[in-house]
Amino acid sequence: MSESQTAPAALTPTKRLNVGEARSGMSLLGRAMYRLRRDTLTLIALGVLLLLVVISALAPIISRDFLNVDPDATNGYAHMLPLGTPGHVLGTDNIGRDQLSRLMFAGQVSLGIAVVGGVLSIGIGLILGVMAGYFGGRLDDLINWVIATINSIPALFLLLIIAAILRPGPTALIIVFGLIGWTFTTRLVRGETLSLRERDFIVAARAVGASDWHIMFLHIIPNVISITIVNLAITMGDLILVESALSFLGVGIQPPTPTWGNMLSNAQSFFKTGAYLIIPPGLLIVVTVLCLYVVGDGLRDALDPTINNA
Amino acid sequence: MSKYLLRRLLQAIPTFFGITLLSYALMLGAPGGPVTALTFNPNITPQEREELAARLGVDDPFPVQYVRWLLGDDWMRWDSNGDGLADHSFLLALDGPDGNPLPPGTQLGILRGDFGDSFFQHQPVFNIVMGRIPATLELGAMALLLSIIVGMPIGILAAIGRGRAFDNVTRVLAVLINAIPAFWLGLILILIFGAWLDILPMGSRCAVTLTGTCPPIYQRLNYLILPTIVLAAAPIASYSRFMRASMLETISKDYIRTAQAKGLSRREVWFRHGARNALIPLATFLGPAIAGLLGGAAVVETIFSWPGLGLLAVRAVVQQDYPIVMATVIIAGAGTLIGLLITDVLYAVIDPRIRFS
Repeated sequence: MSESQTAPAALTPTKRLNVGEARSGMSLLGRAMYRLRRDTLTLIALGVLLLLVVISALAPIISRDFLNVDPDATNGYAHMLPLGTPGHVLGTDNIGRDQLSRLMFAGQVSLGIAVVGGVLSIGIGLILGVMAGYFGGRLDDLINWVIATINSIPALFLLLIIAAILRPGPTALIIVFGLIGWTFTTRLVRGETLSLRERDFIVAARAVGASDWHIMFLHIIPNVISITIVNLAITMGDLILVESALSFLGVGIQPPTPTWGNMLSNAQSFFKTGAYLIIPPGLLIVVTVLCLYVVGDGLRDALDPTINNA
Repeated sequence: MSKYLLRRLLQAIPTFFGITLLSYALMLGAPGGPVTALTFNPNITPQEREELAARLGVDDPFPVQYVRWLLGDDWMRWDSNGDGLADHSFLLALDGPDGNPLPPGTQLGILRGDFGDSFFQHQPVFNIVMGRIPATLELGAMALLLSIIVGMPIGILAAIGRGRAFDNVTRVLAVLINAIPAFWLGLILILIFGAWLDILPMGSRCAVTLTGTCPPIYQRLNYLILPTIVLAAAPIASYSRFMRASMLETISKDYIRTAQAKGLSRREVWFRHGARNALIPLATFLGPAIAGLLGGAAVVETIFSWPGLGLLAVRAVVQQDYPIVMATVIIAGAGTLIGLLITDVLYAVIDPRIRFS
């Protein structure tokens, strides 16, 4: 990626003016890494996210070899065990499933959906945004109409109707998120493309005979990729919230597949006796989303070429 | 002004059309979709089913089905001599598969408020949905009010003390609140105030009454407190950030410098010249806020058993009661469109530059 980002900078004086003022000889990516290394808060958030991802990814191994529990194994004699019970550190739920183990497996589902759904929706948003901004005309009108339509149905209602029809599993939910979540990115990228299209380096590229696709992929996308990446982190946070809300309402991922949302839905029925079943899944959602937002914010600062002495 | 209004109104039409098209197309994709579900009755013969399917138009092309759903079929196949059988038709076949004439169309279409009957409650969906709107409006209005009353002063104060403790604390809180799922916040608040402290009701709109109706709102404010707070939490956070940004932008304007140069007090500059003008862009925030409140209502109403549109939608989804799901989606979409229109009008009223551009 760093190559495609530095190439137009080397070719076109306009871009170099924007990007390389403070520390000459540093690529956009290099400068971003330099700034990120100094941004303690973002680094902490990244660390926490990495930890969550690793633990979730290793959930089967940790559960089997260290906790010696099966996340789906029920046990009528050991239900609603409180925190700190030997063998079940975070207790068990109403049918005796180990909470800690379920939280880790739920992390796989929740994080997986957020990452893949986020990448998908951002990818669609990026491509449609560049095309709408670059080609303009009818295509632009059509895309804007679709955006206006999707945006005027409250997202949760739209997801409800889709959930009613699809009864989604994780894969279907990812596709749905991808198909709905792109509107914001598209608008952002479209606006950026509109202004880039008129810049000298694009005009120059067109003058030497570059094709539309060449210009879009080699000159425009590298210039909008940074706002897209910032958006990715924030979209992933939003998707975790939306997925957990849907699963909580009972129309998202269905049990026994655990997600943080449907664990809360389950805990809701017993919450007078089992506050310990409500706090951990919710806290994990909050921490994950918060970290993603912080990372998004940190990336925005790190990738912003107009801030020079951060 | 009226020209501007008309233009905005006309712009909303394709969007509304898009909403109906999108939801209808989605519903047709449903396994055993609405019409098929109606014709799925193990007790009828294949012949009867074919006839029913012909009358309901299951096999018609998509545009015809869509138009019938939108505008009804009473004008597509009608009976002019009063023998109970259709004798004229438009777009539709006059006769059934067996060659006998079909009865005239009876659907009025959603644009005339005919969303069909609920699969489970056996009542017109329109009546069911309309019965739920007051509860949602009540909760939404309270939440909007709370978010403005709390969010705005926070934003103004944060802007005035930019970079100081209050600004930093509210900034962190705003991000934190946005990261908290509404349903979890609701559960925690119910746990604390409903279960442990037992000072607020855990849900529903009012105490159960024999007549099934609720007393006037001032007699049941305690039922409103928790749902309003949960629904307003995210808008409070957004409003305060938005207000802060708007305030800081206003403060850098020339007329503020003029006001300072005239020797006005700090208070007068900030509040009379700054805050009042900073409020203008806030009007653009109202439309998305209404969409957010409607979406949030689905979650908040479910946790608090608040008998509004959101709870209705969630229940209908679980039961696969498609006519209700469709109606709630379209009404939520229409509500959002109206909210956006009001926002634009409001914006044009308070900022003359919009009207004339």
